[in-house]
Amino acid sequence: MSDLARGGKQKDNAVLEVRRRLATWDSIIVLLTVFVLVVASFSVTNFGTSRNFTFMILDLLPIVLVALPMTFIIVTGEIDLSVASTLGLASSIMGYLWNQGLSIESIIPICVVVGAVLGAINGFLVTGLGLPSLAVTIGTLALYRGLAFVVLGDGAVADFPFTYTGWVTGTIGDGPVPNVLVLILVLAAIFGVILHATPFGRSLFAIGANAQAAHFSGIRVARTKFWLYVVSGAVAGLVGVLWTLRYSSARADNGAGLELAVVAAVLLGGVSIFGGKGSLPGVLAGVVLLAALQNALRLQDVSGQALNIVTGALLVLSVLLPNIATSIRTTWQRRKLRRAATV
Amino acid sequence: MLRSHRRLLSAGAASLLVLGIAACGGTTKDSADNSGAAAQTGASADPNAKLKEGLKIAFLPKQLNNPYTDVEVGGGKVAAGELKGEYKLVGPNDASASSQVSYINTLIQQQQDVIGIAANDPNAVCPSLNQARQAGIKIVAFDSDASKDCRDVFINQATTQGIGESLVKMASELAGGSGEIAILSATPNATNQNAWIEVMKTELAKPENAKLKLVKTAYGNDDDQKSFQEAQGLLQSYPNLKVIVSPTTVGIAAASRYVSSSNYKGKVAITGLGLPNQMREYVKDGTVKKFALWNPADIGYLAAYAGAALASGQISGQQGEKFKAGKLGEYTVGAAGEIVLGPPTEFTAENIDQFNF
Repeated sequence: MSDLARGGKQKDNAVLEVRRRLATWDSIIVLLTVFVLVVASFSVTNFGTSRNFTFMILDLLPIVLVALPMTFIIVTGEIDLSVASTLGLASSIMGYLWNQGLSIESIIPICVVVGAVLGAINGFLVTGLGLPSLAVTIGTLALYRGLAFVVLGDGAVADFPFTYTGWVTGTIGDGPVPNVLVLILVLAAIFGVILHATPFGRSLFAIGANAQAAHFSGIRVARTKFWLYVVSGAVAGLVGVLWTLRYSSARADNGAGLELAVVAAVLLGGVSIFGGKGSLPGVLAGVVLLAALQNALRLQDVSGQALNIVTGALLVLSVLLPNIATSIRTTWQRRKLRRAATV
Repeated sequence: MLRSHRRLLSAGAASLLVLGIAACGGTTKDSADNSGAAAQTGASADPNAKLKEGLKIAFLPKQLNNPYTDVEVGGGKVAAGELKGEYKLVGPNDASASSQVSYINTLIQQQQDVIGIAANDPNAVCPSLNQARQAGIKIVAFDSDASKDCRDVFINQATTQGIGESLVKMASELAGGSGEIAILSATPNATNQNAWIEVMKTELAKPENAKLKLVKTAYGNDDDQKSFQEAQGLLQSYPNLKVIVSPTTVGIAAASRYVSSSNYKGKVAITGLGLPNQMREYVKDGTVKKFALWNPADIGYLAAYAGAALASGQISGQQGEKFKAGKLGEYTVGAAGEIVLGPPTEFTAENIDQFNF
């Protein structure tokens, strides 16, 4: 074989590689998100303003932060549906302790630790007792929310210091960049690097693809999953604090239903619900896509029910389309193989 | 396993340490300074300013698709039509505290002139409402008030005094000025019920009501069956009872159902606070002569007019300012920016078919 031909072949491989990358769901979702943002900026009045940007970031703040550890958990083939209730319980405890006269500087770490403990309970039930995570976290979803009402009842605590509530809703130097965006970017970068550039991150994909194989290749499956739940709880606790400060209102029902938005965004971002597949950029795009669509449709006076329909349809499509794509691809490959065999 | 325990311990110890450090000194409830949240007011009002046309008036109720709310905002729509304004209705599907905030933000972006809001949480909506006010939008709270710092006026459907007076007035009319009456309330510790009952007792102590005798206050816990049984019990224990006053929609409906199906029908009168749709059949069959409630359509109507008056500069939300609210007549802004709708509407066989809520 001549050098020229070999070079051509390599180039072919490179093109194929690019095409393969582009054809994955997470890159499609990234492109779709950019497309929606551009179209909305031009066609929806008041969408592309800096104030609307701030509003959108604030709206997606809880979803994106909880989605980071959720991505890890779903990649390992598990799920954590208790996150929103953990958030609510952290918020209740925050209000309770504030009423008891504790300083906000000590309440915030307490709430994060409480979240971590709640996550550890999930982690113990799932890995220590080997219970299915779906059942466990549906249980703690109800349990933690119930405890939140025990702590704070139906009331609300609202008199948090403006230095803190103002920081969460504020922007850097009164410009267009919300303070919390920095937090989102830092955390997303940390989680992204861990997932995609460390042996630990690769072990998560290995666990999700085949937990037994991962175990036999020396990955501590149970311990890894346990700590993922702890991190998920801690982040949910932190988001409980941010939520409380954003709305200046500690309530037991804060964040109710958030887990569905988070799981929707993660799946939309191309993470397989069966584990082993997914990327953090895809998830970030999924979160932004949902937030941008909701924001743009609301600005167009689309009703709340229609918003739910759009979100639901997108979610179904995000699960359906990759499946269809895979089955089409396998059919093609099979046909190609058969043709090759007959020739 | 042992190693992970040790790690947990050290993590716990570290966090305790952080707490310890943070606990000495810091921002606590007592030291917190919340002054940053206060909004600016004080634009001077010109009572003779002309009402602007083409105002964009948006209503944001607690949640959409609630029959009572629909009637409220329906009144707002009528008023917006009279004012030649643009009416808009937005709202969440769930009555949660935070979901209204996204809608407020959207309304800010759409540069509305007036937002009428029934707040799900008086404080959670506050930062957004203040942003709206900074953007020049007038905020009219109705039905359920937002925190005083972040709205211009609040449309109060009824005062405690007004409700209590009106309940005694109806009872006195139905009893013919003398005889035994009883109260069928909700729960023994319901704040609004007890406040109304206190006013009723004060009213009954007045000389003109000297012949009316309150024999018992029963509690039906706002449970249909319990209220039904309590009504039954009242009539058995007090054979001379002339009127049962039930200031709760559950109680009045249950008491009416019992009386309409018993031989007390026509002998004992039922009155109180009720919903026309629930009470219609008992009014039609003669069990109930009259009962009262604020008219929700008037709340939305007044809210729209108050918003228009604010946006046109007729009022600024200060006590004592006056404005005209179409068919409802003239209103005065009370203390803390409250505008009281007025005495509750009385429903009788003659007018009940005009109301659908």
